[in-house]
Amino acid sequence: MNNPYIILPVIFQLFTAVLLLFFWFRVNAQRLITIICSLVSLGIAIWLLKEVYQNGILTMQAGGWKAPFGITFVADVFSATMVLLTAIAGMAVAVFSTGSIRNARLKFGYFPILNFLLMGLNGAFLTGDIFNLYVWFEIIIIASFVLITIGGEKAQIEGAIKYVTMNLLASAIFLTAIAILYGLAGSLNMADLSEQVAQIENRGLVNVVAILFLVGFGIKSAIFPLYFWLPASYHTPPPAISAIFGGLLTKVGVYALLRIFTLIFVPDAFLSNLLIVLAAMTILSGGLGAILQVNMRKIFSYLIVCHIGFMIAGLGIYTELALVGAIFYLIHDIIVKTNLFLISGLIFKLKGTLNIEKLGGIYKKYPKFSLLMAIPLFSLVGIPPLSGFWAKLFLIQGSYLEGQYTLIGFILLGSFLTLWVIAKLWSEVFWKDAKDLPKKINVKYFKELKPLKQWAMVIPIVLLAATSLYIGLAAEHIILLSKQIAAELINPSAYIEAVLGSKTTTP
Amino acid sequence: MELLLVILIGLLYASGIFMMLRRSMVKLIIGLILLGNGANMLIFLLGRIVKGKPPLIESSAKMLTEIYADPVPQALILTAIVISFGLQSFAIILVKRAYKITDTDDLDELNTTDEIYE
Repeated sequence: MNNPYIILPVIFQLFTAVLLLFFWFRVNAQRLITIICSLVSLGIAIWLLKEVYQNGILTMQAGGWKAPFGITFVADVFSATMVLLTAIAGMAVAVFSTGSIRNARLKFGYFPILNFLLMGLNGAFLTGDIFNLYVWFEIIIIASFVLITIGGEKAQIEGAIKYVTMNLLASAIFLTAIAILYGLAGSLNMADLSEQVAQIENRGLVNVVAILFLVGFGIKSAIFPLYFWLPASYHTPPPAISAIFGGLLTKVGVYALLRIFTLIFVPDAFLSNLLIVLAAMTILSGGLGAILQVNMRKIFSYLIVCHIGFMIAGLGIYTELALVGAIFYLIHDIIVKTNLFLISGLIFKLKGTLNIEKLGGIYKKYPKFSLLMAIPLFSLVGIPPLSGFWAKLFLIQGSYLEGQYTLIGFILLGSFLTLWVIAKLWSEVFWKDAKDLPKKINVKYFKELKPLKQWAMVIPIVLLAATSLYIGLAAEHIILLSKQIAAELINPSAYIEAVLGSKTTTP
Repeated sequence: MELLLVILIGLLYASGIFMMLRRSMVKLIIGLILLGNGANMLIFLLGRIVKGKPPLIESSAKMLTEIYADPVPQALILTAIVISFGLQSFAIILVKRAYKITDTDDLDELNTTDEIYE
């Protein structure tokens, strides 16, 4: 069904970003506008998901050019869910930023760039055109380049060099893949490509293109062996920026993988096995990396890598049940990872360091905060009935039915490593007695902040923790949603029909 | 013509990757630029090169029946050039800042963010 309003999440973020540009030096006005606009975009995202869930897939043909010739925007349940998650994470980070990011950074355009980043994410989730997807990816990375370097500290610049290089390389590979795909199929519309690619006789070349896409998106979503840039850069910018990166930027790579490898390249035995092996190695290397680290944000960075493996595993098995697991995990992971980085920001403001060997005694001194922080930490491990548990249950069930027993071992090992890391973190940071740390001059502590800013830092964590609890305790709703998404991914005929029109009218 | 382009694209990709693997930051940027140009040429080549056949439809006809030059790859390349222009200028400024702050051009010395105890 045609509905031009599905582009609203993109347009509204653009409007917000441009509006903020008019208040360049007036940071308090920027704070207010960002909070209001993020609430509005949350409303738009909820409307979009409701509309799509009730009315089926909605499309918009840009400029009235009919698919497959023009650029198509498609909102199916998967896209709408991702837009909603972006809005939730974006709102949490925007509110947190009003309290935690310094005025010096805000005066260099932090809020407008954050909104451009969210615009790019929404665009990437809603587009139905592969070259348009490339353009949205470029908007995302250029905005993230600015965010990762804003402030210009030494560690930030060093991390940014690695981040920028790997992302530009990934874009070049992605562009190469698009070039070959266009040469092969002569189309850029993803629904049209789905039909065209299935008819190509030169399967060898199709597999080459598929691998190029896998490498390009693999770098962006940090799967083994292409993840080394992530732990080297994600802990360098301020925590609010790490939160939006950790929550959403790697997940947009996973989204693209899920979309491309269900719609255009249906995994054959070779690709399926490759994805499963990569998933197992990603889980292992991320988990082992996390054990070794002492900086809290680096631990979380490695855990991002570890948990990307779970989603890739679901894609590799490629049954409806496994995809339900992967999508449930994706939904849970975006909320939890955003929250974890926000928590690390709060702990830094409380104590002035993130070295877990120096930290300690938080439970004794701040029992309410500790209880709050326990929710996302234990959701991450997947202690039932918290949110991570259900996703892993589906993944393990999915791999058991397909006889992938080794993969089950790796998934359990990954969960166990996560448990180990979180238990270590909990005992080191929260339970261990620690001496008072020497006061740092250049850190603005939580106590010294105005009450309004203190609330701005605590409220988003409470909201995200509540969302995590909802995902875990009311898992039924999320399972229904994931099941519908997985069914649509496994059988893309509804998607194709919504974009290209039914077969009878356009022969 | 196609063969020449194939060789050129291969050279651009190979030299781009080679330059990225060197230790100097400036060579890294050169490598990225070469790689981007290689990708653009590849789109051009794989869009099929047709000479002297613009995609213009006669006023009496409804669609093109003969072989024509596909305008889509050129639009794609134009977009890609503009994007890579922006990204490359950002990367050049970043490298300049990095050189100013770390006082080295050697990528192997940018490893403090990888160490466990910073």
